Amino acid sequence: MGLFLSVLGRDLRLALRQSSDSLIVVGFFVVTVVLFPFGVGPEVSVLERISAGVLWVTALLASMLSLDRIFQQDYEDGSLDLLTRAPAPLTGIVLAKILAHWLTTALPLVVAAPVLAVLLQMSPEGFSALVAALLLGTPTLSLIGAVGAALVLGARRGGVLVSLLILPLYVPVLIFGVSAVDGAASGFAVASQFQIMGAILLVSLVVCPLAAAMALRQALE
Amino acid sequence: MSRAAGHGTAFHAKALGRPGISLYTFQVMRNTPISEAPGGPEPSSFSGERLTCVRGERVVFTGLSFHVDPGEALVLLGPNGSGKSSLLRVMALLLKPFAGRLDWSGRPVADDPEDHGARTRYVGHQDAIKPVLSLRENVAFQARISGADLSRVDEALETFALGRLAGVPGRMLSAGQKRRANLARLVAAPAPLWLLDEPTTALDRASIGVLEALLARHREQGGLVVVSTHQDIHLPGARVLHLDAFAPRKPGAA
Repeated sequence: MGLFLSVLGRDLRLALRQSSDSLIVVGFFVVTVVLFPFGVGPEVSVLERISAGVLWVTALLASMLSLDRIFQQDYEDGSLDLLTRAPAPLTGIVLAKILAHWLTTALPLVVAAPVLAVLLQMSPEGFSALVAALLLGTPTLSLIGAVGAALVLGARRGGVLVSLLILPLYVPVLIFGVSAVDGAASGFAVASQFQIMGAILLVSLVVCPLAAAMALRQALE
Repeated sequence: MSRAAGHGTAFHAKALGRPGISLYTFQVMRNTPISEAPGGPEPSSFSGERLTCVRGERVVFTGLSFHVDPGEALVLLGPNGSGKSSLLRVMALLLKPFAGRLDWSGRPVADDPEDHGARTRYVGHQDAIKPVLSLRENVAFQARISGADLSRVDEALETFALGRLAGVPGRMLSAGQKRRANLARLVAAPAPLWLLDEPTTALDRASIGVLEALLARHREQGGLVVVSTHQDIHLPGARVLHLDAFAPRKPGAA
């Protein structure tokens, strides 16, 4: 537990001192979403219809943009040698790094999303569902993404490779995330979508740190 | 390797599983004579048996055995590519040997990798210095992640004459200063077994002297050292392992 907190604290401190990295992710999210009204026209009904999908897809892409931050620097400067040799389970250390990544890159997206939803003419009933769905869905994205990031360590053009590896795995979160927001905006009950997203998160929480830890050991071979 | 992991010693290894206990073992070792105490626990020795390392498709070394007793130093010699770094990474469990086994006091280290992590300090080619953290923060984190508390961080910085630079961010440090910060981990997080991969790289003469004194003190206290080096580093009475001797025979090679 002590090591978990030290790793979390270090990664948060690193992210704060290199805050431009986090800002770039939010910036990408905002700019890309803003492009859509220009692309599809300002018609309210069209924008309202696509708002949930646009926000989710853009959030997926934005969170992928920062995946190399989780392990790449530690891999390059040798910190990973130390982390994998720490007298604590590597899965716990990996989980700390994923949590730090989520706090510094996904949480700002969750904060920015309702503002952008206004821009996309989403009906106000959907706002709370949007925030809740992102809060429940983005941790899964970080967890799955960490596995991809660990797998491509040391590969050439790892950034492109990681998107091919993990974007298909993001699809369930995308489907239920969009469905929850759309349903709530149209006044339907959406508890079941949230339950499924919760279930996906719980499974990822168990499987992904293990898989990422194994991939990291492999990367150091 | 997997067969070695199945030995009946897992229970003992688990009992020693916490870093604090490893340090305790280290303290006890100071007063333990190198010869075996009758009836008592064996002094901690580190050995490898018939190790083979394969990188990619190439066999780097094969049939390599070594033994290091408390207070001893083992120097790895050999030309570039002879497998010095690979052997050290195998010893640190960062690399799985293709064949062979590693033992700590007769118990296979593969039984409890975390325990092995707590009792060894590996200093590789990369210094793991974060550019945006201050030197002290870097050393402190390295100590924490090695399982130590922060009580010795200042002593470690002073040992390598880094106290004045404690607040300087990692990106402003020279190669030699980064290396000294990395070596400071040996003081900040004490452990019985040191695995040093060309520790003198980028160090000036004075810092090499500091390192030599540190190595001598470590061995006096019953610590073990395995070091690979190209440059002269004064290690009185060290065993030498020539890695050329374990290179696979190549057709047509001299």
